[in-house]
Amino acid sequence: MSVAEAAGLAIPVRRRRLSIHFRPSRLVLNVVLVLVAIFWLVPTISLTVISFRPEGLFGISGWWTVLTAPSQLTIQNYETLLSTGFATGGILDSLVTTAAITVPATILVTVLSSLAAYSLVFGRWRGRTAVFLVIVALLVVPVQVALIPVAQLYDAFGNLTGLKLFGSLPGVIIFHVAFGLPFGVFLMRNFYTGIPKDLLEAGRIDGAGEWTLFRRVVMPLGLPAAASLAIFQFIWVWNDLLVGLVFLGGNPHHTLTIFLFSQTRTLAANYWVISTGAMISIIVPLAIFFSFQRYFVRGVLAGAVK
Amino acid sequence: MAAQARRRSLVLRRIVATPAPDPGAPNLEAAVLPETGRAPGGGWRRHLGSLAFLTPAGIWLLVIVGYPLIGTIRDSFYNNDSTKLVGLGNYKTLFSTADILVTFRNNVIWVIVFPFLVTFLGLLFAVLTERVRWATAFKTIIFMPIAFSATASALVWNSIMSIDPHVGMLNASIETVDDWFNAPGLYPVNASAGQTVASLAATGLRPGPGATLESTATVAPGQTLKLGMIGISPATLQLVGAEKAVVPPAASGAVSGVVWRDFSPSHPAVRGVVFPDEDGIAGLHLSLLSSNGSSVASTVTDAHGAFSFSSLSTGSYRVEVVANNFASGFTGIYWLSGTQSLTPTSGLSQTAQALLSVPLVDLSMITAYLWIWAGFAMVIIGAGLAALNREVLEAARIDGATEWQTFRRVTMPMLAPVLIVVLVTMIINVLKIFDIIVNMAPSVSQANTLAVAMYDFGYASSPSANGLASAIAVILFILVVPVIYINLRRIR
Repeated sequence: MSVAEAAGLAIPVRRRRLSIHFRPSRLVLNVVLVLVAIFWLVPTISLTVISFRPEGLFGISGWWTVLTAPSQLTIQNYETLLSTGFATGGILDSLVTTAAITVPATILVTVLSSLAAYSLVFGRWRGRTAVFLVIVALLVVPVQVALIPVAQLYDAFGNLTGLKLFGSLPGVIIFHVAFGLPFGVFLMRNFYTGIPKDLLEAGRIDGAGEWTLFRRVVMPLGLPAAASLAIFQFIWVWNDLLVGLVFLGGNPHHTLTIFLFSQTRTLAANYWVISTGAMISIIVPLAIFFSFQRYFVRGVLAGAVK
Repeated sequence: MAAQARRRSLVLRRIVATPAPDPGAPNLEAAVLPETGRAPGGGWRRHLGSLAFLTPAGIWLLVIVGYPLIGTIRDSFYNNDSTKLVGLGNYKTLFSTADILVTFRNNVIWVIVFPFLVTFLGLLFAVLTERVRWATAFKTIIFMPIAFSATASALVWNSIMSIDPHVGMLNASIETVDDWFNAPGLYPVNASAGQTVASLAATGLRPGPGATLESTATVAPGQTLKLGMIGISPATLQLVGAEKAVVPPAASGAVSGVVWRDFSPSHPAVRGVVFPDEDGIAGLHLSLLSSNGSSVASTVTDAHGAFSFSSLSTGSYRVEVVANNFASGFTGIYWLSGTQSLTPTSGLSQTAQALLSVPLVDLSMITAYLWIWAGFAMVIIGAGLAALNREVLEAARIDGATEWQTFRRVTMPMLAPVLIVVLVTMIINVLKIFDIIVNMAPSVSQANTLAVAMYDFGYASSPSANGLASAIAVILFILVVPVIYINLRRIR
């Protein structure tokens, strides 16, 4: 700041020009941005308000009437929706199912990507660049190309071993991990290339094995990147609909997105269930978004290609 | 703040300017290897050790991504239950079926419209917030929807764009504005439910010109009229404050009377009698027509449905219930219509229609998707802006370039790689767009995309059409091949 001021003092002409020609009216700019921000907030606010209004008022009066009649707000929708407890196919069951898919998928992607990236950056085998390029190529491969063969693979595996992957949570997790890995390896590798190789050399001379080097040197240094990856992956998997819909096919347990999707597809969509369910489904990713926004932004920046 | 910006720019440079894996590096390390190879453990085992780290991810990718990719390509040349080779048959079917051409068209609309709009919005927000104090708060607000699932977002926008002005905020806003110019009457006729003004006439009334009702009989000053209407709900009457119908006394020089709800719960079949349990129709706009049909006076019924036109010259008159009593006002736009097209398509062949129409719901879904992704574009472009070489910008300003010139001739070219990254990312994103379509578009609609069609063929239809679904997947893959090429070029 002081540098800028000094520069400004050094070139007074520039300062004057800025104030006369360049600065758009601050007031107009701020008003426009406030309006945009309100516009962007309205959908979230509307969802929140609808979920707290009595079911009977839906279609009778708009949610915005809450501005003049705040007494209409009630937690009745939440009570009704949660009253079924963890019954299969209910909202809490879906929440648990989603978490049971998302947490392992996130941990696996983060760990396996870190390991692979370590090998790609600090390993000494030939063809590392080629392998990395293959992984970069896989970054944008759409999940659609694997849906049908993987389902067949799961069936074949089930016939062979008796372990059911299609329609089970592990089946969904395995698929999510596979399509999370290219991005994970890409992100972790890019971060690890910034770690000085001397650090590892020192360890090697002292006789540390690769596992020790990874565990004691590279992994702690790579934690910020691992956090970005984990958060990115978590939100990605949590919000997925398609993979769950395909590989959970026939399973009575649903993910949250499937729960909502099936509600919209019923003949008489219960909007109170949909809005309350949607609120419950966004609580976790939203909490993570606000707690780890910086890491999340970094993950998004690094993952601009996904 | 500066450190943060630097860190961001570092990350960004990694994506945009490519972290070129130094081609000389492997040789250098190979040269070093013999030396460290002497360390305990030996180079051989190290080799294996670090390769082992790659193995789980490698096998995972081979089995769940690599092999299936080949399997899908193979399946796309087979029939739908993968028993007979059909060559390019599936592809021929895809490109000659009107329903599937519609999905191609929708993908084209998405790919052409969305990436450019979202990049433009992101650029706009990133530039505008550069000099605002509350930029962080603004960016958080715009960025937040990215944490929502596309499913939840679609549901939110479903309600915002609902056709019912009591649910949909968009239609409610339009209704508010529309009502200033085109106020609805107290007794709107629900035309979409097949109700007509004529059907409201019960006693002493008949349909008049336009959407009016008029008294069947002519009347002279000093006489009274009883005009009965049906088809008006007690709730509506309660809302306008109607009370028990009262027939006013006749007055000389005046035409008076009552308009009432000619339906008594106690005498449901009797018309033309004003029973004590019948309400007057309050607030109804009436006008008095002279014998040549022109309006000579107007009035409004009171709470009891009574009216009076006084100080009339002799003659014969009719009482008219004017049309605006029944005006329904704004009834809502069906923003989520999957069939209503934005482009005129009448008179075209079915195939041409399939290719050229733009369903309204596409526009609505693009709006919702912009809401989700504009923050993403803004953050990436914002990081790009922060990483720009300030000295070049300063130099341009000192040389007398205007703000716009600096932006257009200096900032934009320097920012181009970032804008391309956003564009390409968004193109890939919408190529395989699925969640927002299945949750927002009506289930039978002209809004399906390739990913939705693939899901329908592969999973939602019975028996599943694996050949066609695989062919669609292959097409999606072929469409991202150029992007793979670009990415590899960038990394190289």
